Amino acid sequence: MNKLRIKEHPILDFSEDRKRINFTFNNQSVYGFEGDTIAAALHALGITKLSESASLKRARGFYCAIGNCASCNMIVDGIPNVRTCITILKEGMKVESQLNKGELNVK
Amino acid sequence: MLSKDLVIIGGGPAGLCAAINAANAGVSSLIIDRNPMLGGQLIKQTHMFFGSEKQYAKTRGIDIAKRLIKEVEENPLIEVWKNSTVVGLYSDKVITVLKEEEYLKIQTKAIVVATGASEKSLAFENNDLPGIYGAGAVQTLMNVYGVKPGNKILMVGSGNIGLIVSYQLMQAGVKVLGVIEAAGNIGGFKVHASKLRRCGVPIYTNTTIKRAIGKDKVEQVETVKLNDKWEMIAGSEEIFDVDALCIAVGLTPMTSLLSMIECDMKYVSELGGLVPVLSGDNETSIPGIFACGDASSVEEASSAIVEGKLVGLVASKYLGGIHPDYEKLKQEYLADLDNLRSGPFGEKIRVGYQKLGGPNHA
Repeated sequence: MNKLRIKEHPILDFSEDRKRINFTFNNQSVYGFEGDTIAAALHALGITKLSESASLKRARGFYCAIGNCASCNMIVDGIPNVRTCITILKEGMKVESQLNKGELNVK
Repeated sequence: MLSKDLVIIGGGPAGLCAAINAANAGVSSLIIDRNPMLGGQLIKQTHMFFGSEKQYAKTRGIDIAKRLIKEVEENPLIEVWKNSTVVGLYSDKVITVLKEEEYLKIQTKAIVVATGASEKSLAFENNDLPGIYGAGAVQTLMNVYGVKPGNKILMVGSGNIGLIVSYQLMQAGVKVLGVIEAAGNIGGFKVHASKLRRCGVPIYTNTTIKRAIGKDKVEQVETVKLNDKWEMIAGSEEIFDVDALCIAVGLTPMTSLLSMIECDMKYVSELGGLVPVLSGDNETSIPGIFACGDASSVEEASSAIVEGKLVGLVASKYLGGIHPDYEKLKQEYLADLDNLRSGPFGEKIRVGYQKLGGPNHA
């Protein structure tokens, strides 16, 4: 777990101990660290398939990581089409793969 | 509806500098940025910048970002909304914003569009597989969040971004199998290419990507040689085992907001694609709406910094806030921009501005 985290770097310092943030990915308990985006935390866990395309059901991962391309869209706490590459991880978040265009549950 | 004098869309180098200079002219502004942090793409640039001292040469992008962000956050005339996306722009200078969960309308008096650029992609079989990332995404992942994109990667594109990001990947402990380039020559500076070669990373020119292979993730990449007519040479295919593929084939200005208003736009490939036609003061054809940085033409961060300063100055003047050194500073910025666009590497940009027409400052 978290094998892709950089431990040593000639310029940047990633050694700081950051608070662990627990969340679920498709109902499975996982964790990232404070300051991670959802997509970065999942990637660090080796999870690259985030969702599926709506009609052909092809695997979808992020592409741009700055909120442009919508390839990282997932369902977060019941809300579809969340750009997980620019959304900061929060304790207890329920993150799910999105398999359709998204359905909005208007209260 | 809220009311603001000057709204700056985008908190990268151009937007931050525009806000700082507007404040210097006594004009208050609101910076709106969709990201959780300011700084735009500077926050992932671990390399030192070229150019002159004025544009922070010999300083790493991450450190330039820290300085600009500190200056903005300490300035009482500058308000910042992060995690907020501008979703609509109207010719009467109304903007709509999604701020966290709230949808807001703002009547402004002047707007600076400093939205930056977006990564281009390439057409090839299976180019949508997870593990295939734009160069900017790779930088964000490793230099901002400290996560490697994979362990074995192939780079597509030998422009400065492709070369620099390849080196940064090695610094993060990722094995770079090679850089492929469809053209016959390496696109970026020789100093970057030599550095990579010294580290044992091969650069394959006249080579492109034929397809990616993998089920739910890229597992292999098939490359192919091109002849002088850019046709694939049968039998020259090669397979690389990878767990990530990085696409560094350039950027295109993010003009989706500008396309919502009736300002003059033109397609100029040298400037990155569809761009607004600007006056010499970086004003669009709609008075009071300005554009700067990569949003108006894809160039270096140093140009974005100078354009931002220029726009901060002229947008303030439009609102009645005249900087005491207005003329002197303006001439200085225009001279700086000419200087940044001089020489062989500035030729593309100069040609682009000629094609764009209008009284541009190039």
